[in-house]
Amino acid sequence: MPESTEHLVKSFDADLKKLRDLLTEMGGIVESQVALAAQAIAERDAAAATRAVEADPQVDALEREIEQFVIRMLALRQPMASDLRLIVAALKITGDLERIGDYAANVAKRSIVLAQYTLPFSLTGLVHMAHMVQEQLKMIIDAIGASDTAKAIEVWRSDRVVDDLYTALFRELITYMMEDPRNITPCTHLLFIAKNLERIGDHATNVAETLYYAVEGEVLSEARPKGDTSAYTVVRPKE
Amino acid sequence: MSITAASGESSTGAAGMRPVTGRASAMNPARIAMRNLDFFYGDHRALKAIDLDLPDRQVTGMIGPSGCGKSTLLRVLNRMYDLYPGQRATGEVMMDGANIIDPKVDVNALRARIGMVFQKPTPFPMTIYENIAFGVKLHERLSKSAMDERVEWSLARAALLDEAKDRLHMSAMGLSGGQQQRLCIARTIAVRPEVILLDEPTSALDPISTLKIEELIDELKTDFTIAIVTHNMQQAARCADQVAFFYLGEMVECGPAAQIFTAPKQKRTQEYVTGRFG
Repeated sequence: MPESTEHLVKSFDADLKKLRDLLTEMGGIVESQVALAAQAIAERDAAAATRAVEADPQVDALEREIEQFVIRMLALRQPMASDLRLIVAALKITGDLERIGDYAANVAKRSIVLAQYTLPFSLTGLVHMAHMVQEQLKMIIDAIGASDTAKAIEVWRSDRVVDDLYTALFRELITYMMEDPRNITPCTHLLFIAKNLERIGDHATNVAETLYYAVEGEVLSEARPKGDTSAYTVVRPKE
Repeated sequence: MSITAASGESSTGAAGMRPVTGRASAMNPARIAMRNLDFFYGDHRALKAIDLDLPDRQVTGMIGPSGCGKSTLLRVLNRMYDLYPGQRATGEVMMDGANIIDPKVDVNALRARIGMVFQKPTPFPMTIYENIAFGVKLHERLSKSAMDERVEWSLARAALLDEAKDRLHMSAMGLSGGQQQRLCIARTIAVRPEVILLDEPTSALDPISTLKIEELIDELKTDFTIAIVTHNMQQAARCADQVAFFYLGEMVECGPAAQIFTAPKQKRTQEYVTGRFG
Protein backbone atom coordinates (compact mmCIF):
# COMPACT_ATOMS: atom_id res chain seq x y z
CA MET A 1 0.00 0.00 0.00
CA PRO A 2 1.39 3.41 -0.85
CA GLU A 3 2.30 5.68 2.05
CA SER A 4 -0.55 7.96 1.23
CA THR A 5 -1.97 10.54 3.58
CA GLU A 6 -4.49 11.95 1.17
CA HIS A 7 -8.09 10.90 0.83
CA LEU A 8 -9.34 9.27 -2.32
CA VAL A 9 -12.02 11.94 -2.16
CA LYS A 10 -10.03 15.16 -2.41
CA SER A 11 -12.84 17.41 -1.25
CA PHE A 12 -12.70 15.59 2.10
CA ASP A 13 -9.09 16.75 2.49
CA ALA A 14 -10.21 20.25 1.61
CA ASP A 15 -12.89 20.08 4.32
CA LEU A 16 -10.40 18.87 6.91
CA LYS A 17 -8.02 21.68 5.98
CA LYS A 18 -10.82 24.20 6.24
CA LEU A 19 -11.70 22.87 9.69
CA ARG A 20 -8.11 23.23 10.87
CA ASP A 21 -7.91 26.72 9.38
CA LEU A 22 -11.10 27.78 11.15
CA LEU A 23 -9.76 26.47 14.46
CA THR A 24 -6.45 28.23 13.97
CA GLU A 25 -8.23 31.45 13.03
CA MET A 26 -10.42 31.26 16.12
CA GLY A 27 -7.38 30.36 18.23
CA GLY A 28 -5.51 33.38 16.86
CA ILE A 29 -8.31 35.78 17.81
CA VAL A 30 -8.67 34.28 21.27
CA GLU A 31 -4.91 34.44 21.75
CA SER A 32 -4.95 38.14 20.87
CA GLN A 33 -7.85 38.68 23.30
CA VAL A 34 -5.76 37.20 26.10
CA ALA A 35 -2.74 39.28 25.04
CA LEU A 36 -4.85 42.45 25.03
CA ALA A 37 -6.31 41.61 28.43
CA ALA A 38 -2.80 41.08 29.82
CA GLN A 39 -1.73 44.42 28.36
CA ALA A 40 -4.80 46.09 29.82
CA ILE A 41 -3.84 44.95 33.31
CA ALA A 42 -0.12 45.57 33.00
CA GLU A 43 -0.31 48.99 31.37
CA ARG A 44 -3.74 50.18 32.51
CA ASP A 45 -4.54 50.33 28.82
CA ALA A 46 -8.30 50.88 28.44
CA ALA A 47 -8.09 50.84 24.65
CA ALA A 48 -6.57 47.36 24.73
CA ALA A 49 -9.29 46.27 27.14
CA THR A 50 -11.99 47.53 24.79
CA ARG A 51 -10.47 45.69 21.84
CA ALA A 52 -10.38 42.47 23.84
CA VAL A 53 -14.09 42.81 24.66
CA GLU A 54 -15.01 43.79 21.11
CA ALA A 55 -13.46 40.64 19.67
CA ASP A 56 -15.97 38.49 21.49
CA PRO A 57 -18.80 38.45 18.91
CA GLN A 58 -16.31 37.37 16.24
CA VAL A 59 -15.20 34.45 18.45
CA ASP A 60 -18.81 33.44 19.08
CA ALA A 61 -19.54 33.55 15.35
CA LEU A 62 -16.54 31.34 14.61
CA GLU A 63 -17.66 28.88 17.27
CA ARG A 64 -21.05 28.60 15.60
CA GLU A 65 -19.46 28.23 12.18
CA ILE A 66 -17.17 25.44 13.39
CA GLU A 67 -20.05 23.66 15.14
CA GLN A 68 -22.13 23.72 12.00
CA PHE A 69 -19.25 22.65 9.84
CA VAL A 70 -18.51 19.71 12.16
CA ILE A 71 -22.13 18.54 12.12
CA ARG A 72 -22.14 18.83 8.36
CA MET A 73 -18.94 16.77 8.06
CA LEU A 74 -20.24 14.09 10.41
CA ALA A 75 -23.42 13.79 8.37
CA LEU A 76 -21.94 13.98 4.89
CA ARG A 77 -18.52 12.38 5.26
CA GLN A 78 -19.21 9.79 7.93
CA PRO A 79 -15.63 10.03 9.09
CA MET A 80 -13.74 7.16 10.67
CA ALA A 81 -10.68 6.74 12.87
CA SER A 82 -8.25 9.70 12.82
CA ASP A 83 -10.67 11.84 10.78
CA LEU A 84 -13.48 11.14 13.23
CA ARG A 85 -11.23 11.96 16.16
CA LEU A 86 -10.06 15.22 14.62
CA ILE A 87 -13.58 16.35 13.73
CA VAL A 88 -14.98 15.59 17.18
CA ALA A 89 -11.90 17.21 18.74
CA ALA A 90 -12.58 20.38 16.73
CA LEU A 91 -16.06 20.52 18.24
CA LYS A 92 -14.64 20.27 21.76
CA ILE A 93 -11.74 22.63 21.14
CA THR A 94 -14.00 25.33 19.73
CA GLY A 95 -16.00 25.20 22.98
CA ASP A 96 -12.85 25.59 25.06
CA LEU A 97 -11.61 28.47 22.91
CA GLU A 98 -14.94 30.23 23.24
CA ARG A 99 -14.73 30.00 27.03
CA ILE A 100 -11.17 31.29 26.96
CA GLY A 101 -12.38 34.27 24.93
CA ASP A 102 -15.09 34.95 27.51
CA TYR A 103 -12.60 34.86 30.37
CA ALA A 104 -10.24 37.17 28.50
CA ALA A 105 -13.08 39.64 27.89
CA ASN A 106 -14.02 39.48 31.56
CA VAL A 107 -10.42 40.17 32.60
CA ALA A 108 -10.37 43.13 30.22
CA LYS A 109 -13.62 44.58 31.63
CA ARG A 110 -12.35 44.33 35.19
CA SER A 111 -9.07 45.97 34.21
CA ILE A 112 -11.08 49.10 33.26
CA VAL A 113 -12.60 49.28 36.75
CA LEU A 114 -9.23 48.56 38.26
CA ALA A 115 -7.61 51.46 36.43
CA GLN A 116 -9.65 53.83 38.59
CA TYR A 117 -7.76 52.77 41.72
CA THR A 118 -4.32 53.65 42.89
CA LEU A 119 -2.95 50.41 44.16
CA PRO A 120 -0.53 50.41 47.09
CA PHE A 121 1.03 47.17 45.84
CA SER A 122 2.55 45.82 42.64
CA LEU A 123 0.76 43.70 40.04
CA THR A 124 3.91 41.92 38.94
CA GLY A 125 2.69 38.49 40.03
CA LEU A 126 -0.59 38.85 38.19
CA VAL A 127 1.05 40.15 35.03
CA HIS A 128 3.50 37.27 35.16
CA MET A 129 0.60 34.85 35.43
CA ALA A 130 -1.17 36.52 32.48
CA HIS A 131 1.93 36.15 30.35
CA MET A 132 2.33 32.49 31.31
CA VAL A 133 -1.24 31.75 30.34
CA GLN A 134 -0.82 33.66 27.12
CA GLU A 135 2.26 31.59 26.33
CA GLN A 136 0.39 28.34 27.07
CA LEU A 137 -2.39 29.38 24.75
CA LYS A 138 -0.03 30.35 21.96
CA MET A 139 1.76 27.03 22.24
CA ILE A 140 -1.42 24.96 22.15
CA ILE A 141 -2.76 26.84 19.14
CA ASP A 142 0.51 26.24 17.29
CA ALA A 143 0.22 22.59 18.31
CA ILE A 144 -3.25 22.37 16.76
CA GLY A 145 -1.92 23.65 13.46
CA ALA A 146 0.96 21.17 13.42
CA SER A 147 -0.72 18.19 15.22
CA ASP A 148 2.22 18.49 17.62
CA THR A 149 1.54 16.26 20.62
CA ALA A 150 4.92 16.99 22.25
CA LYS A 151 3.83 20.62 22.57
CA ALA A 152 0.42 19.49 23.82
CA ILE A 153 2.10 17.52 26.61
CA GLU A 154 4.24 20.53 27.48
CA VAL A 155 1.15 22.73 27.84
CA TRP A 156 -0.60 20.01 29.83
CA ARG A 157 2.29 19.84 32.29
CA SER A 158 2.83 23.59 32.58
CA ASP A 159 -0.63 24.18 34.02
CA ARG A 160 0.72 23.19 37.42
CA VAL A 161 2.85 26.34 37.53
CA VAL A 162 -0.14 28.55 36.70
CA ASP A 163 -2.14 26.89 39.46
CA ASP A 164 0.65 27.52 41.96
CA LEU A 165 0.85 31.17 40.93
CA TYR A 166 -2.90 31.47 41.38
CA THR A 167 -2.81 30.01 44.87
CA ALA A 168 0.00 32.40 45.86
CA LEU A 169 -1.92 35.40 44.46
CA PHE A 170 -5.03 34.35 46.30
CA ARG A 171 -3.20 34.46 49.62
CA GLU A 172 -1.50 37.72 48.75
CA LEU A 173 -4.74 39.49 47.81
CA ILE A 174 -6.55 38.36 50.94
CA THR A 175 -3.69 39.73 52.98
CA TYR A 176 -3.98 43.15 51.28
CA MET A 177 -7.70 43.17 51.99
CA MET A 178 -7.12 42.43 55.65
CA GLU A 179 -4.53 45.16 55.88
CA ASP A 180 -6.82 47.88 54.60
CA PRO A 181 -10.55 47.64 53.78
CA ARG A 182 -10.07 50.22 51.01
CA ASN A 183 -8.27 47.47 49.11
CA ILE A 184 -11.33 45.23 49.11
CA THR A 185 -12.89 46.48 45.86
CA PRO A 186 -9.75 46.38 43.69
CA CYS A 187 -8.57 43.16 45.28
CA THR A 188 -11.90 41.44 44.65
CA HIS A 189 -11.61 42.38 40.98
CA LEU A 190 -8.03 41.16 41.02
CA LEU A 191 -9.13 37.88 42.56
CA PHE A 192 -11.61 37.36 39.76
CA ILE A 193 -8.98 38.31 37.22
CA ALA A 194 -6.57 35.79 38.69
CA LYS A 195 -9.29 33.13 38.75
CA ASN A 196 -10.19 33.86 35.12
CA LEU A 197 -6.56 33.54 34.10
CA GLU A 198 -6.31 30.28 35.99
CA ARG A 199 -9.42 29.01 34.19
CA ILE A 200 -7.91 29.99 30.83
CA GLY A 201 -4.98 27.76 31.74
CA ASP A 202 -7.38 24.92 32.54
CA HIS A 203 -9.12 25.26 29.19
CA ALA A 204 -5.76 25.34 27.40
CA THR A 205 -5.04 22.07 29.21
CA ASN A 206 -8.37 20.65 28.03
CA VAL A 207 -7.41 21.57 24.48
CA ALA A 208 -4.06 19.80 24.99
CA GLU A 209 -5.82 16.63 26.12
CA THR A 210 -8.31 16.76 23.26
CA LEU A 211 -5.58 17.34 20.70
CA TYR A 212 -3.51 14.49 22.10
CA TYR A 213 -6.41 12.06 21.74
CA ALA A 214 -7.22 13.31 18.25
CA VAL A 215 -3.68 12.76 17.03
CA GLU A 216 -2.60 9.66 18.97
CA GLY A 217 -5.92 7.84 19.46
CA GLU A 218 -5.09 7.38 23.14
CA VAL A 219 -6.03 9.43 26.16
CA LEU A 220 -3.37 11.24 28.14
CA SER A 221 -3.66 8.81 31.00
CA GLU A 222 -1.08 9.95 33.51
CA ALA A 223 -2.89 11.79 36.32
CA ARG A 224 -2.26 15.47 35.94
CA PRO A 225 -1.06 17.14 39.16
CA LYS A 226 -3.67 19.65 40.24
CA GLY A 227 -2.02 22.72 41.68
CA ASP A 228 -4.94 25.03 42.51
CA THR A 229 -5.21 24.63 46.29
CA SER A 230 -6.86 28.02 46.83
CA ALA A 231 -10.11 26.22 47.66
CA TYR A 232 -8.50 25.07 50.90
CA THR A 233 -6.64 28.28 51.64
CA VAL A 234 -7.26 30.12 54.90
CA VAL A 235 -5.50 33.35 55.75
CA ARG A 236 -6.08 34.39 59.39
CA PRO A 237 -5.60 37.94 60.64
CA LYS A 238 -2.69 38.38 63.03
CA GLU A 239 -3.89 38.52 66.66
CA MET B 1 5.63 -15.42 17.02
CA SER B 2 2.10 -14.24 17.40
CA ILE B 3 0.92 -11.13 19.03
CA THR B 4 -2.66 -10.38 19.92
CA ALA B 5 -4.31 -7.54 18.13
CA ALA B 6 -5.41 -5.96 21.38
CA SER B 7 -1.98 -5.92 22.97
CA GLY B 8 -1.21 -2.28 22.33
CA GLU B 9 1.09 -2.60 19.41
CA SER B 10 2.53 0.59 18.01
CA SER B 11 0.45 2.27 15.38
CA THR B 12 2.81 2.77 12.54
CA GLY B 13 4.48 1.05 9.69
CA ALA B 14 7.16 -1.32 10.76
CA ALA B 15 4.96 -3.81 12.58
CA GLY B 16 2.67 -4.06 9.60
CA MET B 17 3.87 -7.33 8.14
CA ARG B 18 3.97 -9.35 11.34
CA PRO B 19 1.34 -12.00 11.89
CA VAL B 20 -1.53 -10.86 14.01
CA THR B 21 -3.82 -13.14 15.98
CA GLY B 22 -7.36 -12.06 15.61
CA ARG B 23 -9.65 -12.11 18.55
CA ALA B 24 -10.51 -8.90 20.18
CA SER B 25 -10.31 -8.91 23.95
CA ALA B 26 -13.58 -9.02 25.88
CA MET B 27 -15.05 -11.34 23.28
CA ASN B 28 -16.74 -14.68 23.88
CA PRO B 29 -14.71 -17.89 23.53
CA ALA B 30 -14.04 -18.95 19.95
CA ARG B 31 -16.65 -20.99 18.10
CA ILE B 32 -14.24 -21.31 15.21
CA ALA B 33 -10.50 -20.84 15.60
CA MET B 34 -8.31 -20.42 12.54
CA ARG B 35 -4.60 -20.91 12.97
CA ASN B 36 -1.91 -20.45 10.36
CA LEU B 37 -4.54 -20.80 7.65
CA ASP B 38 -3.28 -20.60 4.07
CA PHE B 39 -5.36 -20.87 0.94
CA PHE B 40 -4.23 -21.38 -2.62
CA TYR B 41 -5.89 -20.86 -5.98
CA GLY B 42 -3.44 -23.04 -7.86
CA ASP B 43 -0.08 -21.40 -7.17
CA HIS B 44 -1.58 -18.17 -5.94
CA ARG B 45 -1.50 -17.87 -2.17
CA ALA B 46 -4.73 -15.98 -1.47
CA LEU B 47 -4.69 -16.28 2.31
CA LYS B 48 -1.47 -15.98 4.27
CA ALA B 49 -1.11 -17.47 7.74
CA ILE B 50 -4.44 -16.26 9.04
CA ASP B 51 -4.98 -16.50 12.80
CA LEU B 52 -8.52 -15.48 13.59
CA ASP B 53 -11.22 -16.52 16.05
CA LEU B 54 -14.93 -16.22 15.45
CA PRO B 55 -16.25 -15.60 18.96
CA ASP B 56 -19.32 -17.60 19.92
CA ARG B 57 -22.64 -15.84 19.29
CA GLN B 58 -21.00 -12.63 18.25
CA VAL B 59 -20.63 -10.92 14.90
CA THR B 60 -17.25 -10.74 13.20
CA GLY B 61 -17.07 -8.21 10.39
CA MET B 62 -14.47 -8.69 7.68
CA ILE B 63 -13.41 -5.66 5.72
CA GLY B 64 -10.75 -4.89 3.15
CA PRO B 65 -10.38 -3.89 -0.48
CA SER B 66 -11.42 -6.18 -3.33
CA GLY B 67 -9.15 -9.16 -3.65
CA CYS B 68 -7.91 -8.97 -0.05
CA GLY B 69 -9.09 -12.50 0.75
CA LYS B 70 -12.12 -11.84 2.92
CA SER B 71 -14.61 -13.68 0.69
CA THR B 72 -12.07 -16.44 0.15
CA LEU B 73 -11.97 -16.88 3.90
CA LEU B 74 -15.74 -17.42 4.04
CA ARG B 75 -15.47 -19.94 1.22
CA VAL B 76 -12.88 -21.83 3.23
CA LEU B 77 -15.09 -21.92 6.29
CA ASN B 78 -17.74 -24.04 4.62
CA ARG B 79 -15.40 -25.80 2.24
CA MET B 80 -16.91 -24.24 -0.86
CA TYR B 81 -13.53 -24.66 -2.56
CA ASP B 82 -13.99 -28.46 -2.53
CA LEU B 83 -15.96 -27.98 -5.72
CA TYR B 84 -12.97 -26.62 -7.58
CA PRO B 85 -9.83 -28.57 -8.48
CA GLY B 86 -6.56 -26.80 -7.79
CA GLN B 87 -7.89 -24.97 -4.76
CA ARG B 88 -6.63 -26.02 -1.37
CA ALA B 89 -6.37 -24.86 2.20
CA THR B 90 -3.68 -25.66 4.74
CA GLY B 91 -3.45 -24.96 8.44
CA GLU B 92 -6.17 -25.29 11.03
CA VAL B 93 -9.80 -24.26 11.22
CA MET B 94 -10.86 -25.74 14.52
CA MET B 95 -14.47 -26.24 15.48
CA ASP B 96 -15.34 -28.43 18.46
CA GLY B 97 -11.91 -30.03 18.42
CA ALA B 98 -11.99 -30.98 14.74
CA ASN B 99 -10.09 -29.36 11.89
CA ILE B 100 -12.88 -28.67 9.39
CA ILE B 101 -10.54 -28.37 6.42
CA ASP B 102 -9.45 -31.96 6.94
CA PRO B 103 -10.68 -33.84 3.79
CA LYS B 104 -12.08 -36.55 6.06
CA VAL B 105 -14.68 -34.13 7.45
CA ASP B 106 -18.10 -34.70 5.85
CA VAL B 107 -18.81 -31.58 3.83
CA ASN B 108 -22.59 -31.98 3.85
CA ALA B 109 -22.70 -32.30 7.62
CA LEU B 110 -20.33 -29.34 7.90
CA ARG B 111 -22.52 -27.14 5.72
CA ALA B 112 -25.50 -27.92 7.95
CA ARG B 113 -23.47 -26.51 10.83
CA ILE B 114 -22.03 -23.58 8.92
CA GLY B 115 -24.58 -21.91 6.65
CA MET B 116 -23.90 -19.28 4.04
CA VAL B 117 -25.85 -16.42 2.52
CA PHE B 118 -24.62 -14.76 -0.65
CA GLN B 119 -24.53 -11.30 -2.13
CA LYS B 120 -27.44 -11.79 -4.50
CA PRO B 121 -30.59 -13.40 -3.13
CA THR B 122 -30.77 -16.92 -4.55
CA PRO B 123 -34.27 -18.27 -3.95
CA PHE B 124 -35.03 -21.58 -5.63
CA PRO B 125 -37.78 -21.44 -8.26
CA MET B 126 -40.32 -23.02 -5.93
CA THR B 127 -42.72 -21.93 -3.22
CA ILE B 128 -41.61 -20.04 -0.14
CA TYR B 129 -42.44 -23.08 1.97
CA GLU B 130 -40.49 -25.43 -0.27
CA ASN B 131 -37.49 -23.11 -0.34
CA ILE B 132 -37.13 -23.59 3.38
CA ALA B 133 -38.18 -27.23 3.63
CA PHE B 134 -35.80 -28.26 0.85
CA GLY B 135 -32.62 -27.92 2.89
CA VAL B 136 -34.18 -29.34 6.04
CA LYS B 137 -35.20 -32.51 4.18
CA LEU B 138 -31.57 -33.15 3.23
CA HIS B 139 -30.59 -33.44 6.87
CA GLU B 140 -33.66 -34.41 8.86
CA ARG B 141 -36.84 -36.45 8.48
CA LEU B 142 -39.62 -34.38 9.95
CA SER B 143 -43.36 -35.00 10.13
CA LYS B 144 -45.61 -32.62 8.22
CA SER B 145 -46.52 -30.73 11.38
CA ALA B 146 -42.91 -30.60 12.57
CA MET B 147 -41.87 -29.28 9.15
CA ASP B 148 -44.66 -26.67 9.24
CA GLU B 149 -43.38 -25.60 12.61
CA ARG B 150 -39.79 -25.43 11.39
CA VAL B 151 -40.74 -23.35 8.35
CA GLU B 152 -42.73 -20.96 10.51
CA TRP B 153 -39.92 -20.72 13.08
CA SER B 154 -37.36 -20.00 10.37
CA LEU B 155 -39.49 -17.33 8.76
CA ALA B 156 -40.15 -15.76 12.16
CA ARG B 157 -36.44 -15.73 13.06
CA ALA B 158 -35.69 -14.19 9.67
CA ALA B 159 -38.31 -11.47 10.30
CA LEU B 160 -40.25 -12.56 7.24
CA LEU B 161 -43.21 -14.39 8.76
CA ASP B 162 -45.61 -11.45 8.84
CA GLU B 163 -45.00 -10.69 5.20
CA ALA B 164 -44.96 -14.31 4.01
CA LYS B 165 -47.49 -16.19 6.12
CA ASP B 166 -50.37 -15.71 3.67
CA ARG B 167 -48.34 -16.70 0.63
CA LEU B 168 -46.31 -19.67 1.84
CA HIS B 169 -47.36 -21.72 -1.14
CA MET B 170 -46.74 -19.06 -3.71
CA SER B 171 -43.53 -18.75 -5.65
CA ALA B 172 -40.58 -17.21 -3.83
CA MET B 173 -39.68 -15.40 -7.01
CA GLY B 174 -42.55 -12.98 -6.37
CA LEU B 175 -40.87 -11.62 -3.24
CA SER B 176 -38.98 -8.32 -3.29
CA GLY B 177 -35.17 -8.37 -3.24
CA GLY B 178 -35.03 -7.66 0.49
CA GLN B 179 -37.65 -10.31 1.19
CA GLN B 180 -35.79 -12.81 -0.98
CA GLN B 181 -32.62 -12.18 1.01
CA ARG B 182 -34.46 -12.70 4.28
CA LEU B 183 -35.87 -15.90 2.77
CA CYS B 184 -32.31 -17.03 2.06
CA ILE B 185 -31.45 -16.30 5.68
CA ALA B 186 -34.57 -18.25 6.79
CA ARG B 187 -33.46 -21.13 4.56
CA THR B 188 -30.00 -21.03 6.13
CA ILE B 189 -31.19 -21.02 9.71
CA ALA B 190 -33.86 -23.67 9.02
CA VAL B 191 -31.22 -26.38 9.28
CA ARG B 192 -30.25 -24.89 12.63
CA PRO B 193 -26.59 -24.20 11.95
CA GLU B 194 -24.16 -22.95 14.58
CA VAL B 195 -22.41 -20.46 12.35
CA ILE B 196 -23.83 -18.20 9.64
CA LEU B 197 -21.56 -16.73 6.98
CA LEU B 198 -22.86 -13.66 5.17
CA ASP B 199 -21.04 -12.59 2.02
CA GLU B 200 -22.04 -9.00 1.33
CA PRO B 201 -25.66 -9.84 2.10
CA THR B 202 -27.05 -6.36 1.50
CA SER B 203 -25.02 -5.04 -1.39
CA ALA B 204 -27.90 -5.66 -3.79
CA LEU B 205 -30.56 -4.22 -1.46
CA ASP B 206 -32.14 -0.83 -0.88
CA PRO B 207 -31.36 1.06 2.37
CA ILE B 208 -34.51 0.02 4.24
CA SER B 209 -34.09 -3.66 3.34
CA THR B 210 -30.45 -3.28 4.37
CA LEU B 211 -31.41 -1.97 7.80
CA LYS B 212 -33.89 -4.83 8.21
CA ILE B 213 -31.13 -7.35 7.52
CA GLU B 214 -28.83 -5.54 9.94
CA GLU B 215 -31.51 -5.63 12.62
CA LEU B 216 -31.95 -9.31 11.86
CA ILE B 217 -28.21 -9.95 12.27
CA ASP B 218 -28.39 -8.31 15.68
CA GLU B 219 -31.25 -10.62 16.70
CA LEU B 220 -29.69 -13.76 15.22
CA LYS B 221 -26.49 -13.41 17.20
CA THR B 222 -28.30 -14.49 20.36
CA ASP B 223 -28.31 -18.00 18.83
CA PHE B 224 -25.72 -18.04 16.08
CA THR B 225 -22.09 -17.15 15.53
CA ILE B 226 -21.96 -14.79 12.58
CA ALA B 227 -19.27 -13.71 10.14
CA ILE B 228 -20.12 -10.97 7.67
CA VAL B 229 -18.04 -9.81 4.74
CA THR B 230 -18.95 -6.31 3.71
CA HIS B 231 -17.63 -3.53 1.52
CA ASN B 232 -19.67 -1.09 3.49
CA MET B 233 -17.60 0.11 6.42
CA GLN B 234 -20.53 1.77 8.12
CA GLN B 235 -22.32 -1.55 7.96
CA ALA B 236 -19.42 -3.31 9.65
CA ALA B 237 -19.40 -0.55 12.25
CA ARG B 238 -23.14 -0.98 12.86
CA CYS B 239 -23.29 -4.79 12.91
CA ALA B 240 -20.01 -6.23 14.09
CA ASP B 241 -18.71 -6.87 17.59
CA GLN B 242 -15.21 -7.44 16.29
CA VAL B 243 -13.78 -6.39 12.96
CA ALA B 244 -10.91 -7.93 11.02
CA PHE B 245 -9.15 -5.94 8.31
CA PHE B 246 -7.62 -7.90 5.43
CA TYR B 247 -5.14 -6.72 2.86
CA LEU B 248 -3.44 -8.76 0.12
CA GLY B 249 -4.34 -12.05 1.77
CA GLU B 250 -3.14 -11.06 5.22
CA MET B 251 -5.12 -10.19 8.25
CA VAL B 252 -3.63 -6.85 9.20
CA GLU B 253 -5.59 -6.14 12.33
CA CYS B 254 -8.50 -7.47 14.36
CA GLY B 255 -10.16 -5.67 17.22
CA PRO B 256 -13.44 -4.55 18.74
CA ALA B 257 -15.44 -2.60 16.15
CA ALA B 258 -15.28 0.58 18.20
CA GLN B 259 -11.50 0.40 18.37
CA ILE B 260 -11.01 -0.38 14.67
CA PHE B 261 -13.18 2.56 13.64
CA THR B 262 -12.01 5.11 16.21
CA ALA B 263 -8.37 4.23 16.86
CA PRO B 264 -6.97 1.44 14.69
CA LYS B 265 -3.50 0.34 15.72
CA GLN B 266 -2.10 -0.36 12.26
CA LYS B 267 -1.33 2.34 9.74
CA ARG B 268 -2.83 0.33 6.88
CA THR B 269 -6.09 -0.13 8.75
CA GLN B 270 -6.15 3.58 9.48
CA GLU B 271 -5.63 4.42 5.81
CA TYR B 272 -8.32 2.02 4.67
CA VAL B 273 -11.05 3.01 7.12
CA THR B 274 -10.48 6.71 6.53
CA GLY B 275 -10.57 6.32 2.76
CA ARG B 276 -6.92 7.19 2.17
CA PHE B 277 -6.22 3.93 0.42
CA GLY B 278 -4.97 3.74 -3.08
